[in-house]
Amino acid sequence: MVVAPERPAAAGSNVGSIGDRALPLAAEPGDAEAILRVEHLSVHFPVRQGVVHTRTVRALDDVSFSLPRGVTLGIAGESGCGKSTLGFAVMMLQKVTSGRVWFAGSDLGRLDRRAMRQMRRRMQIVFQDSAASLNPRAQIGGILAQALDIHGLFPGRERAPRIRALLDMVGLPSNFAERFPHQLSGGQAQRVAIARALAVGAELIVFDEPVSALDVSIQAQIVNLLQSLQRELRLTYLFISHDLSIVRHVSDLVAVMYLGRIVEFASKTALYANPSHPYSRALLSAVPVPDPVLERERRRIILKGDLPDPTNPPSGCAFRTRCPLASAECAAQPPAPVATGSDHWARCIRIGADLPPTGTSP
Amino acid sequence: MSLLRVRDLQVSFASDRGLVRAVQGISFDLEQGEILGVVGESGSGKSVASLAIMRMLPQPPARIVASELSLAGEDLLGMSEARARELRGAQMAMVFQDPMRSLNPVLTIGRQLVEVLQRHLGLNRRQALSRAVELLEMVGIPQASRRLSAYPHQFSGGMRQRVMIAIALSCRPKLLIADEATTALDVTIQAQIVELVKRLAHELDIAVIWISHDLGVVAGMCDRVNVIYAGRIVETAKVDDLFHRPSHGYTLGLLGSTPRVDETEQDRLTPIEGLPPDLIDPPTLCPFLPRCKVAVAECRQSMPPTRAFGPLHQASCFAELA
Repeated sequence: MVVAPERPAAAGSNVGSIGDRALPLAAEPGDAEAILRVEHLSVHFPVRQGVVHTRTVRALDDVSFSLPRGVTLGIAGESGCGKSTLGFAVMMLQKVTSGRVWFAGSDLGRLDRRAMRQMRRRMQIVFQDSAASLNPRAQIGGILAQALDIHGLFPGRERAPRIRALLDMVGLPSNFAERFPHQLSGGQAQRVAIARALAVGAELIVFDEPVSALDVSIQAQIVNLLQSLQRELRLTYLFISHDLSIVRHVSDLVAVMYLGRIVEFASKTALYANPSHPYSRALLSAVPVPDPVLERERRRIILKGDLPDPTNPPSGCAFRTRCPLASAECAAQPPAPVATGSDHWARCIRIGADLPPTGTSP
Repeated sequence: MSLLRVRDLQVSFASDRGLVRAVQGISFDLEQGEILGVVGESGSGKSVASLAIMRMLPQPPARIVASELSLAGEDLLGMSEARARELRGAQMAMVFQDPMRSLNPVLTIGRQLVEVLQRHLGLNRRQALSRAVELLEMVGIPQASRRLSAYPHQFSGGMRQRVMIAIALSCRPKLLIADEATTALDVTIQAQIVELVKRLAHELDIAVIWISHDLGVVAGMCDRVNVIYAGRIVETAKVDDLFHRPSHGYTLGLLGSTPRVDETEQDRLTPIEGLPPDLIDPPTLCPFLPRCKVAVAECRQSMPPTRAFGPLHQASCFAELA
C-alpha cells in the first residue's frame, strides 16, 4: 500500500492492487494490514566544523511510507542516500531526530525498554558483511543459541532440535553447528545470519545490502532462499540495496532515495516500466545489462558531477545540481510528492519533461 | 604480432596444506586497442593471472611457469626484477578495486602523479606538474590544478578511481589491467568510469584487460571475453557470441543466475548450486562437472577438449548448447 506523505490516510478507501496482490490503499496507525508505518522520519547528525560552527547532515529527511505484511519494499539508492540509516532507524538501532516508526500498531519510540525488547523478537536485521556480524570466537550453534537465550526461547531439550531446524531452513547441514565463522564461505555466513534472524520468530526483516559482497551465483542462491522463506513464513522484508537488478527481482514496492529523501515510490512494475523522477531515470539507465547488443543501443543518461556535500546540500531540490531537467524554480523549495499513477509518486516539478538527448555508448 | 602473448600460464602457491594450483594453463592473445573482459568468481584465478603478468607476485611463495609470456615481444617471465620495475607503470599498468588501498593517504594527489612521471619519463618537476594537470583533466576531474594539492581522502570514491586511472595511464602504457575497478562504485559513477576507460582506450590505442564479475559491465565494454573457472579459461569468445551463444555450462550458469534490470517475467533466478572445487587437489575431469546442469555422459569419462564454436570462439565443453 502506498501513501503519499502529505495526503491524510482515508479510512475505508478502495482496494488497489500491486501485481496480483489486492491491498488496501490506505492504513490507519494500528491497522493490522500495515506491519510497518514510518511517518516523517528524520535523522540529522550535527557535524562540528571549526570551534563554533556546526552544520547538520540530514542523513534521513522526512521519510514516510507504509508497508503491508508479506510484502518486500526495496530501498534503492547510491552511497550517502540514507538507505542504511533508514534501515537502522526502523530497527531503532539509530536514534531518530523526529518522526515515528509504527510496528504492528505500536509506536516504537514510546515503548519502554521491556516492551521494546519484546518487540525486537519480531523485527530483525541482516547486514552486508555477515562474517563481521558473527562472533568469530563462537561456533554457529552457539551464535544461534545466544539469540534464543536473549529472548528465553526453546530452553533445555528443545534447544538442539530448534537449531537443527533453523540450519535446515536456510539450507545448511546440521553439522555446521560445530563450525566457526571463519570456516564458512560468504554465502554460508549469510545463511547463518538469516537463520539467526529467523531464530526468534521475526516477522519483519531488514536486509542491508545482504548479497552485495557475494559472487553472482551465490547471490542467486541467497535471493531464492529469501523468497522461499518469505512465502513459507509470510515474512515482510525491507531490502536495502544499490543493485537495481536485484531490487527489481526481489521487490514488490520500491523507494528510490537521494540525499536522505525518498524521491520516488512505486510498485516494482510501475517504477521499472515508467520511472518518473529524473534521478530514477538516470539511475536505471546507468545499470548495465548482460547483453552487448542492448548495451550498444542504449542511450545512457550520464549524470554530471558527484553527490553534493551533505552538510551543504543545494537549496530546494537536492538533485538539481546534477539534474538534466533542472530549472530556476527547482532551487526555490524541496518538491512535494506528485502522484504519477495509482500507487506511484515522485518529488519533482518537472515530471514528464523530455530528457535532453545525451550520448549513446560509443 | 599480438601485444600480449600468454601460453600455458600456470601459477601455484606453496601452502601448508599443499600446493594450491591457482592458475592451470591459461593461454590467450591481446591486441593493441582491444578490450578483453575476464569474467570469473572469487578464487577463479583471474586476479592471480593478471598479477603474474604484471610480475607482481613474489616467487616464492608463488611459482609461475609459462611456455610464453611476452609483452610487445619481450619475455616477461625471464626478465630481471629491475627491468620489470621499468615496465610497470611505463608499459603496463594496473588499477585495483579499492583506490584507497593504492593511494598513499599522506601524500597529495599531485605528489603521487608527479612521482610516476619523474620516475618513468624523467620529467623535471615543472614539466611533471604540468603533465599531471593535463592527466587529471583527461580523466574529467574539475579544477585540476587546484586538486593537485588535495589528499586522497578529500576525493569521493569515483574521483579517486579516476585519479588511479590517471596515474595508470600517465606514461602511456601499452597495457592496462583493471581488476574489479568499478565494483565498489555507485552505478552512476561506474557508468562514467566505463565511458572514460572506453574512450581513452580507443584514443590512446591501449590494450585493456577488464576483470569483472559483473556481466553487465563486461557486455557494455569489452570486445572479447575470457571466462575463467577454477584456474582455467573455460570459454573465450567475441562479446556478442559469448552472450548470445554461450557454449560452456559455467557461462550458461552465470548468465542464468544474473538478475537483470530489464527482466520481465523471471520468477526465480537459477543459481549455480554448490561451490567451486578445491585447487589443492584439482579434479581430473571438467572442474565444473559437479555443479553443471548440462553435463553429458562424456563429461564423466574425460576432461573436455577445447573445441571451436566459431571465429575466436572456443570452449572446453562436451555439451552442445547452441
